[in-house]
Amino acid sequence: MKTFPIGGVHPSDNKKWSKSKAIEVMELPDVVTIPLAQHIGAPATALVKKGDAVKVGDKIAEATGFMSANIHAPISGTVTAVDLQPNGQGLRQMMVTIKREGDEWAEGIDLSTDLVKECNLSSAEIIARIKEAGIVGMGGATFPTHVKLSIPEGKRAEILIINGVECEPYLTSDYRTMLERGEELLVGTSILMKAVSVEKAVIGVENNKPDAIKHLKELAKGYNGIEVKPLKTMYPQGGEKQLIAAVTGREVPAPPALPIDVGAVVCNASTAVAVYEAVQKNKPLVQRVVTVTGKSIKDTKNLLTRFGTPISALIEKCGGLPEGDNRVLNGGPMMGRPMSNLASPVMKGCSGITVISGKEALRGEPSACIKCAKCIEACPMGLEPYLLAKQSKKKAWGEMEKNDIVSCIECGCCQFTCPANIALLDYVRLGKQTVMGIIRARNAKK
Amino acid sequence: MMSLFYTIVPLCAIGLVAAIILYFVSQKFKVEEDPRIDDVEKMLPGANCGGCGFPGCRGLATALVEKEDISSLYCSVGGGDCMKAIADYLGKAAPVKEPQVATVRCGGTCEKRPRTSTYAGTKSCAIASGVYKGETDCAYGCLGYGDCVEACAFDAIHINPETGLAEVDADKCTACGACVAACPKGIIELRKKWPKNRAIYVSCVSKDKGPVTMKACKAGCIGCGKCVKVCEFGAITIENNVAFIDSTKCRLCRKCVAECPTGAIKMVGLAPLPPKEKPETKEN
Repeated sequence: MKTFPIGGVHPSDNKKWSKSKAIEVMELPDVVTIPLAQHIGAPATALVKKGDAVKVGDKIAEATGFMSANIHAPISGTVTAVDLQPNGQGLRQMMVTIKREGDEWAEGIDLSTDLVKECNLSSAEIIARIKEAGIVGMGGATFPTHVKLSIPEGKRAEILIINGVECEPYLTSDYRTMLERGEELLVGTSILMKAVSVEKAVIGVENNKPDAIKHLKELAKGYNGIEVKPLKTMYPQGGEKQLIAAVTGREVPAPPALPIDVGAVVCNASTAVAVYEAVQKNKPLVQRVVTVTGKSIKDTKNLLTRFGTPISALIEKCGGLPEGDNRVLNGGPMMGRPMSNLASPVMKGCSGITVISGKEALRGEPSACIKCAKCIEACPMGLEPYLLAKQSKKKAWGEMEKNDIVSCIECGCCQFTCPANIALLDYVRLGKQTVMGIIRARNAKK
Repeated sequence: MMSLFYTIVPLCAIGLVAAIILYFVSQKFKVEEDPRIDDVEKMLPGANCGGCGFPGCRGLATALVEKEDISSLYCSVGGGDCMKAIADYLGKAAPVKEPQVATVRCGGTCEKRPRTSTYAGTKSCAIASGVYKGETDCAYGCLGYGDCVEACAFDAIHINPETGLAEVDADKCTACGACVAACPKGIIELRKKWPKNRAIYVSCVSKDKGPVTMKACKAGCIGCGKCVKVCEFGAITIENNVAFIDSTKCRLCRKCVAECPTGAIKMVGLAPLPPKEKPETKEN
């Protein structure tokens, strides 16, 4: 069984807390706040104003330029505000607030659960529908899917990879989706294959989910060109470049090179289901499966949640926050972002809410680096985290750029593995943000 | 004995030959440098802080000697006297700049701006501000982890453990601007330095609307505009819900200080105005 060739770590996966919980539908919230920036790229431009009535699936914000995505109303009701609201990190963002009245869907959306296998659309039509539905990468990076599928001229896709790895500890939303919506996932995959004109698709699943592998393998027999590939469990295999290396053995060069340069297009498993709904059912992206988990959560769940639902409502549904000091993470413990504002909404990239106790989250006292090189061994991008962290401390941005800091995927393996408890990722991330800013400024000047 | 002789004599010979070659090579490839650069460098404070925009004092010295018009060059550490001495030595017109001092524009002390979350990451303002808004509800205020303290080469800025805010020692501050660049929140500003370190400034940079600011911090500027109306010199402007006092126009009349409802306008080294109709004065 294969995995990616360099680096990686083995955090305990902790999926047992929520893996056996079937997807439940979360109650509709009375009020939703929908940020206009839910994806990488330019924030969408609001199309509604205060007082407008909207139905579920109505477009409320339009993509600003190519590198952006549409946003649709997740509930029906009246728009009560379009203003700045605090996000999960407490920073103010433009958001549309909608007060719910009933649950009325916009016209032309097929709400039946019948499986529609047949798809006679051309590649351009499929991409147009995906773009219209506002689909973005649902694994967490929220890269607009239509941008990924629009192959630049002179390049050719050879293989489509569906990312069912879900290497992040605790999270089980993709796993439950693969188990419960396998057929839709496979139809979505064949649509995506058509969109990028490839004959072959591989669904990569880590071998810690044997039932998902078995289930998908069984179903895949009915589809042409789709192979389910079990992969050896290793974090961060869900990273795009790691997955390509694990499945095809090809290495994506350092940025600005993209996966398409080695002929690969990677989409998340939940994204494939969303593509199925958008293309076959004309259903825009208004909801997703969110895992609410944690050792101390009373009743962990996988909830099908409309966007804009406050995160506190999800936690409440699962028995509320345990007493004492807690850390609530948007995402899993490795790549999730800590949240200080639980009234903030569920967004397109939110695959899970992980609650860990303050004691578990406590960092050890850092001591001196003894150059043991564990972080170098763990880095899946072949970087030297100890060196980058040191340069970041000294603000040596030019040196960091030379050392390929922009390749960093911020997976946190270095910090996870450091025996001296040095906050490597904190410094590396700071350096990456600064260097990217410098590069952007330089490109803008040209 | 002879073996000693055999080693010393050839070594001396090699040394002599190398010295002769080096002498001629250095004469041939001599870099002509204005001797005045060395002199000017000696006259500069030698802090190598980079506040002038050059990598070090020698960079500024070279520019001072080479450029005809030196009005755009200034060493804020040395100040006016130092620049005048250098200009006299070089026979050029001395650049004039009013003395400045770094000012921390945040008054959100622990008492006035309650902590609503705990940050357990690396104690660095740049890292913390990349993660989230900060431990309080104000997304603009001082984080208090001391990136400015680390940046200061003159020991002029410190975090006051009681208020949790950065404080500038105006006597030590040379206005080099290192802290201004280091602050990720853009709170620190270089303002005109009055005699005896007097100052009046708005100690808030929050762009939030009034009610939001008020909820997060009792000392925040709510952008009410009372100070703008009372200012006779047109020194105060309000942009993005926050007042700004232009230190070059302000005459320290103190009228705005008495007017501010939240006490966001701070006064240093001045006595409050005698109360008029409303006996309402703000403490320093």
